[in-house]
Amino acid sequence: MTRSARIAMFLVAGGCVAALLVLGVLDLPHFGSAVHPYRDASLAAAVAHKTSNVISSINFDLRALDTLGEETILLASVIGVTVLLRPADDEEEHRPVGEGRLLDSTRMVGYLFLPITVMIGLLTVAHGAVTPGGGFQGGVVVGTGIHLLYVAGSYRALERARPVGAAELGEAVGAGAFACMGIAGALAAGSFLGDVLPLGAFGDLFSSGSVLLLSVAVGVEVASAVVVLLAQFLHQAVEVTGDGKESA
Amino acid sequence: MRVYAYLVAVFVLLVGAFGIVRSRNLVHAVVCLSIAQSGTYVMLLAVGYQSRATPPVFGSPATKPSKSTVEPLVQAMTLTDIVVSATVTALLLAVAVQVHKRHGTVDPNELAALRG
Repeated sequence: MTRSARIAMFLVAGGCVAALLVLGVLDLPHFGSAVHPYRDASLAAAVAHKTSNVISSINFDLRALDTLGEETILLASVIGVTVLLRPADDEEEHRPVGEGRLLDSTRMVGYLFLPITVMIGLLTVAHGAVTPGGGFQGGVVVGTGIHLLYVAGSYRALERARPVGAAELGEAVGAGAFACMGIAGALAAGSFLGDVLPLGAFGDLFSSGSVLLLSVAVGVEVASAVVVLLAQFLHQAVEVTGDGKESA
Repeated sequence: MRVYAYLVAVFVLLVGAFGIVRSRNLVHAVVCLSIAQSGTYVMLLAVGYQSRATPPVFGSPATKPSKSTVEPLVQAMTLTDIVVSATVTALLLAVAVQVHKRHGTVDPNELAALRG
């Protein structure tokens, strides 16, 4: 199909989809209206389970089984990328030559923010049940924070400091810990992913039962996933060349 | 005003899809897919919005839980949505790298023939 035919076809089909969607949203409850039945139900559940971050309560308590599935999707995606990007037989790996030039100010800001970023990430994971944040958000901050080394320093520095082996392990441990918490809940509380820890007081760091531990498990998994994924892509970009072809 | 935010979501979704259709580069197509998916974030958050309501997080030390917060369920689903989007993007970018290795191009228009 030629490009112009494809665009013409999209304009027809996209127009139909747009019309359907607009007709659909016209009948939705008004934007900003006060009727939210799920809000009322989940707020009550979060308060009953002493979780002051209602979103974490939903993700790691009410819908914890869905989060287990979500975590498995992430694990599968990391495995898929690793398999797709492994060096082929006709490719050579080479050490990157030359480090390039870097402004001193970039270097300084990078090294300054590296510990701060990682610390903020860890705090976001640890306070996931209490304040905005949680395992997913904090994990991404930790995982990408480590890569400030690449921006501020060099690929070599990143390679030395980046814990890829530990991250591959952390990936499995995070997913496994989540599942083990589920089984522990089934044994102790009678339901898969049920609360096994005391609930504590509303708003305390150690409150909300299993939510904190599940959040940490997810944080370990997500941070590891980011490190492993970026390691694969950076390896492709910096170190691999094909036979005669331009490096990907 | 009552459906304006929903229409923004529809617009973002369709603009992303249009970008995929007229794409000349697989990486560009992957980014367009992310944009199309951003439409779903806008839709979810717009459905859960309530005028003059507080966030569904009561903080540390805890403020007294109020009944008037925005919908937390759709926010949690948006988080799930973002994670799924990130995994899909990572996988598709890896596929794009492989396509470039095998076919020497990332222009979808030149990828007419199937090859083992």
